[in-house]
Amino acid sequence: MKSILLKERKYLQDNNTSKIILYIVLIIHTFVVLFPIYVMFVTSLKNEKEIFLSQVSFPKVLCWENYTDLFAKYNYLYYLRNSMFVTLSSVVLLLVISSFAAYVLAKYKFKLNKLIYFYFFIGIMIPIRLGTINIFQMMKSLNLFDNLLSLIIIYTTMSLPIGIFILTDFVRVIPDSIIEAARIDGSSEFWIYRSIVIPLIRPGLVTVAVFNFLPIWNDFWFGLVLIRSDKLKTVPLATTMFYGEYFNEYGLIFAALSMASLPLILFYLILSRQFVKGLIKGAVKG
Amino acid sequence: MIKRINSKVYYTLLFLLPGLIIYTVFMVYPLLDSLRLSLFKGAGLVPKEFVGLENYIRLFTQNPYRERFLNALLHSVIFFVVLYIFNILYGYILSIMVTRRHSGLMFFRVIYYIPRTLSVLVVGFLFSLMLNPVFGIFDKIFLFLGMDFMVRPWLGDPKTALVLIGMITSWHHLGVPILFFTASIDGIPEELYDAANVDGVNTLGMVRHIITPLLKPMIRLVTVLTFVADFVAFDIVYAMATSRGNPDYATDLTGTFFYRTAFGAVYGARPDMGLGAAVAFILLIIIIVGVLLIFYIFKERDNKL
Repeated sequence: MKSILLKERKYLQDNNTSKIILYIVLIIHTFVVLFPIYVMFVTSLKNEKEIFLSQVSFPKVLCWENYTDLFAKYNYLYYLRNSMFVTLSSVVLLLVISSFAAYVLAKYKFKLNKLIYFYFFIGIMIPIRLGTINIFQMMKSLNLFDNLLSLIIIYTTMSLPIGIFILTDFVRVIPDSIIEAARIDGSSEFWIYRSIVIPLIRPGLVTVAVFNFLPIWNDFWFGLVLIRSDKLKTVPLATTMFYGEYFNEYGLIFAALSMASLPLILFYLILSRQFVKGLIKGAVKG
Repeated sequence: MIKRINSKVYYTLLFLLPGLIIYTVFMVYPLLDSLRLSLFKGAGLVPKEFVGLENYIRLFTQNPYRERFLNALLHSVIFFVVLYIFNILYGYILSIMVTRRHSGLMFFRVIYYIPRTLSVLVVGFLFSLMLNPVFGIFDKIFLFLGMDFMVRPWLGDPKTALVLIGMITSWHHLGVPILFFTASIDGIPEELYDAANVDGVNTLGMVRHIITPLLKPMIRLVTVLTFVADFVAFDIVYAMATSRGNPDYATDLTGTFFYRTAFGAVYGARPDMGLGAAVAFILLIIIIVGVLLIFYIFKERDNKL
């Protein structure tokens, strides 16, 4: 049935020549996308000798030493742990704070509601980086300079506008009657938030978490400005350090680059459905 | 009744305040504080000497500040043009291709977003290594293909470095426009194609008369996001050409210029927070005006159609 429908809709089909051209273009672009990542990964598995023999080929002998060195010699676990801690804390804080605000902005009627929504909305377009000087001074005076807490605060803040924007849309869809009924039953507002709103906007929470995870994990700018000590470095800071200090040890550098990338690629591939689904919802409205 | 209203006010504040406070204290206030800070001068953590508009005057009239600042501004404009061509135009064409009705196209859509999951920094290091003559994988491929003229120090040449870094940034970023465009092409109702099909409109006509007008809000959004990201771009240049924008400031962008003036104590120049704040405030104005302008341009076109 479905195939018949597709055949009738000729306008989204192409004749054979254009179909071939289309696939050729798409395959060439796939190659452009995957080739550098492939090179990074295979090089990380070669020993120093083989790296310079042929860069494109797959390693003849898998050399895991580059990776074991990262962990055993260079404390890579520290950096991973720092990034994990900072990213997870920021995302959890972000979800709590933005869902609080989203509930009020979507369901409470009061004078300033629209204005506050707009106030948050502007933050999607203005880059927080331009306030870095003041943030740097503030963190120094709060004694949070060179402290992972400063990163958590900034990452939560920078993701807040988009988080509130997405979640307010999700809360708006909840019928008012459900919330009114609970109020008449004498439920407290906090109970409504926790037991009605949160379960119903779960897909929205996942979308916000997935969207903000990557930029937070990959952020380099605020780490560069706010972190000094080696043992507090996040993965992007550590990657820079490896690149700068072990410039001639190609295997090690490529292993560091791969370690900074492969977990995220896997994370994305597992959740790619969620990415697209969450975005379509937002796109259709916006 | 009174109790009811009170409890509502109480909960409004309770739920809204954490977000409002954090957002105001750590984002809005720092952004606006640049204006105050830019009126002060002095090395060290907090510039104390009030100098009025001197920092702005320095930026616009005194060398080397003027030269470097205008240089960085020009480069950011060029960078935006490169990103526009390789992200928005090329991304638009690819998006239309992957939303046709053939088997296996979903595979391409998933693949094309992968570079975006890497950090910009990793992308910069990775391409630097592949371009350098020692590891030199690109050189070897060009030699293998018999294209010897392509073997050149692309990153070392001031004429090509900026455009090349722009193209590499596009390699990293392209997944975003594609994701946004394909999502909204998917949302176009079938009936619209049906109607056009009855009128005998061909594929290019569909793109021109149906898809493009309907995607206008999305194209506008991607243009705004690209524009804003362009003026604070930093990581890629830092990774490939250091915060000085090597060679000879040929890849210096406003983002790297801002970093150097405010934080970077490179080559004897001491970080000058007052001057850096002036740069930040000018960039903030440029971004606000630019975003409004983009909205205005897209509105104009709407009226014409």
